[in-house]
Amino acid sequence: MSAPANPARDSYLRGVRAALPFAVVIVPFAMLFGLLASEAGLQLYEILAFSVSVFAGASQFAALHLLQDQAPMLVILATSLAVNLRMLMYSVTLAPHLGAAPLGIRAVMAYLLVDQSFALSVAEYDKRPNMTLAEKTAYFFGAVTPVLPLWLGSTVAGALAGRAIPPEYALDFAVPIAFLAMTAPMIRSWPHALAAGLSVVLTLALTVLPYGTGLLVGASIGMAAGAALEYWREKAAQKLPPQQRTGA
Amino acid sequence: MIDRTQFWTVVVVLGLATYAIRFSFLGLLGNHALPGWLQRSLRYTAVAVLPALVAPAVLWPAATIGAPDAARLLAATVTVVVGLASRQMIFAALAGVVTLLGVPFLL
Repeated sequence: MSAPANPARDSYLRGVRAALPFAVVIVPFAMLFGLLASEAGLQLYEILAFSVSVFAGASQFAALHLLQDQAPMLVILATSLAVNLRMLMYSVTLAPHLGAAPLGIRAVMAYLLVDQSFALSVAEYDKRPNMTLAEKTAYFFGAVTPVLPLWLGSTVAGALAGRAIPPEYALDFAVPIAFLAMTAPMIRSWPHALAAGLSVVLTLALTVLPYGTGLLVGASIGMAAGAALEYWREKAAQKLPPQQRTGA
Repeated sequence: MIDRTQFWTVVVVLGLATYAIRFSFLGLLGNHALPGWLQRSLRYTAVAVLPALVAPAVLWPAATIGAPDAARLLAATVTVVVGLASRQMIFAALAGVVTLLGVPFLL
């Protein structure tokens, strides 16, 4: 006799399976964070508190970097929060799918809303438009189930390894490589390329401004330019007669 | 040395503010829509901030007291090119690390 059908359980397990391959990225990235934080002189409990409280890798690297530079508080917060602003878009996109869940569940989901759980859930809801709320909720939790323990566990592993590594192994370039490796696959269109390129050029030109404020100016202009180019390209595509729009 | 007052302020404020961003529409504003221009701009936050944050360290690394360094420049270039071509963060990172560690042996 077969087991009784349990669609929510199936959805949960599908989410877990889909998220498992992300271990390849999460483990080294979290270990690197633990390692660098430990080299920066933070204690294990401080590193763990950081990862539990923020649970957003890129912004943690950014904040750590600026803390070491002893940048002013407002610059540290503004820069690391700018990195996390993309999650506002995640929250907007998921609200129509999950907004009917109980408030307590949504409060937990919000904490667990990370790049992986967002990307996997949106793709799954798209692929299976007939999912019920229970199935969607289960899938979301499934997709984040491997992420949280891997992130925290690998942060701790990296922090412990950091104590064992002598300081003469220069790790100064690990963060640039990690950030560039993270960003390059995100450049999917010309507006993305413009946003990234303009932001880099302006930030380099504005290094005369104190405490990384040039970055905030450069990144804001880059972002606006990317959005403007996207808008302009959409408008231009709409103006084309239909036979040209299909690219024939 | 990281200032501990500053550190704990960042842990608490960044944690709370990041949670507020995540909770915003999922938790409170589900029926509201963001203005189009804002939604559009948000798509570009990560690609604008992350590379700009490390660009000065690529060109003027602190480890060489600000002098451009062939190994680091080449490693950064390889990371970006492999990332663009493969669309895989892990391949890009590996290629960058191998370049960074390998170049000093070749020169």
